Amino acid sequence: MKSNIERTKELINVERRLFLRQGLSLGALTLLAGCELTDQESVQRVLMAMSGWNDRAQEWLFNPNRLAPEFPESRITKPFPFNGYYSEDEVRVIDGSSYKLELAGKIAEKKPWTLPELYALPQVSQVTRHICVEGWAAIGKWSGVRFSDFLQRVGADTTAKYVGFQCADDYYGSIDMATALHPQTQLSFRFADELLPPKYGYPMKLRVPTKLGFKNPKHISAIFVTNEYPGGYWEDKGYNWFSGS
Amino acid sequence: MLIHPLVVRITHWLNVLAVLIMITSGWQIYNASPLFGFSFPDSITLGGWLAGALQWHFAGLWLFVANGLVYVLYGIFSGHFRRKLLPISPAAVVRDIGQALRGHLAHEDLSVYNAAQRAAYVALIFFLCLLVATGLAIWKPVQLYWLASLMGDYEGARYLHFFAMSAVALIVLVHVVMVALVPRTFPTMITGRTRT
Repeated sequence: MKSNIERTKELINVERRLFLRQGLSLGALTLLAGCELTDQESVQRVLMAMSGWNDRAQEWLFNPNRLAPEFPESRITKPFPFNGYYSEDEVRVIDGSSYKLELAGKIAEKKPWTLPELYALPQVSQVTRHICVEGWAAIGKWSGVRFSDFLQRVGADTTAKYVGFQCADDYYGSIDMATALHPQTQLSFRFADELLPPKYGYPMKLRVPTKLGFKNPKHISAIFVTNEYPGGYWEDKGYNWFSGS
Repeated sequence: MLIHPLVVRITHWLNVLAVLIMITSGWQIYNASPLFGFSFPDSITLGGWLAGALQWHFAGLWLFVANGLVYVLYGIFSGHFRRKLLPISPAAVVRDIGQALRGHLAHEDLSVYNAAQRAAYVALIFFLCLLVATGLAIWKPVQLYWLASLMGDYEGARYLHFFAMSAVALIVLVHVVMVALVPRTFPTMITGRTRT
């Protein structure tokens, strides 16, 4: 398993947003045969358009009632791998006593939440498989509040398109509303029945067993609801946005 | 004399392009988390890094699947498969492979595939279909859990995907060597006809 930093290379700067929602489809790919493979920018444009097309294909394929498989605790992967855009010795340590979760965008109750307030909400657990975009997979146990319950409680506009996340480690990301409301999408405070250690995202991460690992932001500091495509740290470098499992 | 119908020639060359994209980008994706103790040299992979390779892989798959569907549906409904690929008798396959290895395989009438060719082409179609099925299971182990569970779940599908790729690469390699040994087969896949 390589670290993400090793692989991060400069990509040609293409405005992903411009192409994400454009309906280029099969025709776009057949153009590939005709265009010069050395013409990097137009190739990149076609690939980005296809990635947008694949987002829509996955939205269509996504069944909001289909649950990700759950496993017995005996199958939990030990040790559970650390992964991030930085190495393990650079993990941010966050002070829980002064921590507040900020809310923004199309949310009725924007009052920030302290950790004791979040821990007092009804908690659920899951033993699910985390699949990394790199290909490896690991099974872990996460506990926290069902994300759809939290969104309802704060009066989020669940007809909006996206839920975005800002993280204390400068990571950022976003998911579609249908996935945010999925019964297994969880705002997790605990891993393997212990408080989330810093390397797994203290004080909280979003656990989304119906998406790839990089769609599970750690160290979340703010949550916002919006109709404007928010992108994400890896998505802006070229990973597919929907990235559903 | 027409040996290869136009549909077969077009889908053959589009498939060459699609399979090249899928295999070379797939090797770069493999390198991000190798299943075995080796990686593919970057120089023979496509995409530059994982995200680039994934973009190629998930764009190429539409060409690969759409083109493959046209070919398979044409093959079934036009009678092309029945005429050209059947029947295959195991004894004849063994005999023809043996003759080919000794350099004695007669190849006069290009309109009729020998048993070794039939077996190789049917195997290639099978492994390309297996690549689509295992690829779908890796892509959607939750939404298509029933498909993934047929293949030993997500992890099993990854290995099967790799083995199916290896089988395709091997068959393609033998195919290209055979074309090099019988070069007059090459123009027929472009013009469709033999020069007489």
